[in-house]
Amino acid sequence: MKILVLAETDGGRVSEKTLPAIAFAQQKSPDNFTVLAIGDSLQGVESLTGYGAQTVLTVNHPALAKPLAERYAPVVAHYARQLGADAIVATTTTFSRDLLARVAGLLDAPMLSDITALETTNGKLAAKRPIYSANLIGTFEVEGNPVVMTVRGPSWGKPEPKGTQSPVQAAEAPANIPTRSEWISLQGGGGGRPDLTQARVVVSGGRPLKDPETFEKYIGGLADALGGAVGATRAAVDAGIAPNELQVGQTGKTVAPELYIAVAVSGSVQHLAGMKDSKVIVAINIDPEAPIFQVADYGLVADLYQVVPELIELLKNSKG
Amino acid sequence: MKILVSVKRVPDPYAKISPNAAGTDIHRDGLQMAVNPFDEIALEEAIRLKEAGKATEVVAVSIGGAECQEQLRTALAMGADRAILVQTDAPLDALSVAKILAAVYRREQPQLMLMGKQAIDMDENQVGQMLAAILDLPQATFASKITLEDGSAVVERETDNGIETLRIPLPAIITADLRLNEPRYVALTGIVRARSKPLETITPAELGVQPHARVRLTHVEAPPARKAGKRVSDVHELVRLLREEARVI
Ligand SMILES: Cc1cc2nc3c(=O)[nH]c(=O)nc-3n(C[C@H](O)[C@H](O)[C@H](O)COP(=O)(O)OP(=O)(O)OC[C@H]3O[C@@H](n4cnc5c(N)ncnc54)[C@H](O)[C@@H]3O)c2cc1C
Ligand SMILES: Cc1cc2nc3c(=O)[nH]c(=O)nc-3n(C[C@H](O)[C@H](O)[C@H](O)COP(=O)(O)OP(=O)(O)OC[C@H]3O[C@@H](n4cnc5c(N)ncnc54)[C@H](O)[C@@H]3O)c2cc1C
Repeated sequence: MKILVLAETDGGRVSEKTLPAIAFAQQKSPDNFTVLAIGDSLQGVESLTGYGAQTVLTVNHPALAKPLAERYAPVVAHYARQLGADAIVATTTTFSRDLLARVAGLLDAPMLSDITALETTNGKLAAKRPIYSANLIGTFEVEGNPVVMTVRGPSWGKPEPKGTQSPVQAAEAPANIPTRSEWISLQGGGGGRPDLTQARVVVSGGRPLKDPETFEKYIGGLADALGGAVGATRAAVDAGIAPNELQVGQTGKTVAPELYIAVAVSGSVQHLAGMKDSKVIVAINIDPEAPIFQVADYGLVADLYQVVPELIELLKNSKG
Repeated sequence: MKILVSVKRVPDPYAKISPNAAGTDIHRDGLQMAVNPFDEIALEEAIRLKEAGKATEVVAVSIGGAECQEQLRTALAMGADRAILVQTDAPLDALSVAKILAAVYRREQPQLMLMGKQAIDMDENQVGQMLAAILDLPQATFASKITLEDGSAVVERETDNGIETLRIPLPAIITADLRLNEPRYVALTGIVRARSKPLETITPAELGVQPHARVRLTHVEAPPARKAGKRVSDVHELVRLLREEARVI
């Protein structure tokens, strides 16, 4: 199987969110995969060269300075065809969901979203992926070539570093990139905390956190005491307490950190869909019957306003 | 301006889902069905644009068995002007759904197609983007705000990195995220009144499409259950266990 891995970029820089897709390629086709990175004056390409890819292709063009699906899709489709790729793969993110389904449409190729496992049985590819808000795991058989896939980050982890360096090759952008869609702005992000999908520790807060200041003080404060990232429920985001990019769940991000602390989170199936593969789950909730306790390794029935400050204090005073 | 909205029939988001005995599908007996919540949001947006005088007609389309009429009636009750059921019991995958929608689009020639970013059953999040590729139209996925300005749409999108704003010329495909709006409540009387609105039934063959699913669901199973752990009495016990037992801090 020849795999084309699409690197996640924001047009200017390669993101480490690419790594699970490279780990997937290492497992499924160790000697035959190429990485494609698209943008304009792309930075960080060297972060992709240490994992055994045959080639790291870079396509730089002023029209590709921002990650617009309409512009990137023909580039991906062009190189998928040119390389004769059997699979076109990226880590599941909003970037890849937006772009690769468009690529599948251009290539008339079947697509599998957010897969957690892939096997070949009787010559047929069969993938597993969560369905119905991760209430169930579905097995999907796919026929046809090539196949487009997004792979669930936490299921594939990090690739193994290799001794050799993959050659970086600058490639041309195909002619006639459509330029109808125009990028205007990006608002949000950052805050200096670790990325939610990469962090070792995630602290999430629910609707009872009242307002952005309270959320930041208690949830942000606890995350900082643990060097972790901050997450939120949909209810908290809908209420304007937390920004949208922090939403964890069926329609938000999927995370699987070493430690997930859910503070005043009821534990709806839609929220669990995004975090129940975490290694250790802690729940702090005032209601002893809250469903979150059914998946928590450690449950503390308490008022967050009392125990979260105590917890922050204790962690600060007893480091190491 | 005409707006086309796709509407998928899915299990109610709060219904309990479990595999059937053979492990080939879910238990469907007595399962409460609904309009896919994201499609409901897309429909609400289309109806608001009509109410604001920016659109003249809202057409809802669903693909599936005769039972999808129920969801189309809901769409009509919410305020869609007419509905189209592309009736088929053939297995479908996202690409075949997109091809059928493309045929409906070509027949209807709307200036805007609004749809959900994902269906909450299969959670694929593919159809809108595939449709945009097939029709060679601009796309804006995961929309949380849409502003129409002469001939184009300025769309705020929810991405992993924050809110991104794009401008796309119309016609275009826009897929709705959860925070685009809050759909109106439809009273039962509205559903009854909507019975007089037109609901047309056609087949994929009449549209010139022969659906062929290359992705097929062959097995469903429950994921490994997580077992509930211990209750701790205070933060001291919690921190001690996280350090000494779980070793995660
Ligand atoms: C189509 C669809 C998609 C969805 N997608 C998502 C998604 O991606 N992510 C998501 O999170 N949700 C999603 N939801 C929403 C989900 O169903 C729930 O409504 C939501 O997760 C509830 O958020 P919450 O736990 O913050 O709020 P609530 O359900 O209101 O729970 C708050 C909890 O805090 C506890 N509490 C109250 N006060 C205190 C206190 N002082 N101290 C400690 N505990 C306290 C309460 O006991 C309660 O358990 C989706 C819903 C639908 C229909
Ligand atoms: C009659 C029928 C038979 C099916 N048979 C099979 C089968 O045998 N095996 C199998 O694996 N799956 C089957 N499916 C499910 C089908 O594969 C999925 O619906 C398809 O793959 C799209 O995935 P999704 O709904 O997650 O799309 P997403 O890309 O998540 O959906 C995005 C948007 O596309 C639109 N959309 C999607 N489907 C429809 C629809 N049917 N009507 C109107 N709008 C729609 C909605 O607006 C939705 O918000 C069947 C579905 C139908 C209707």
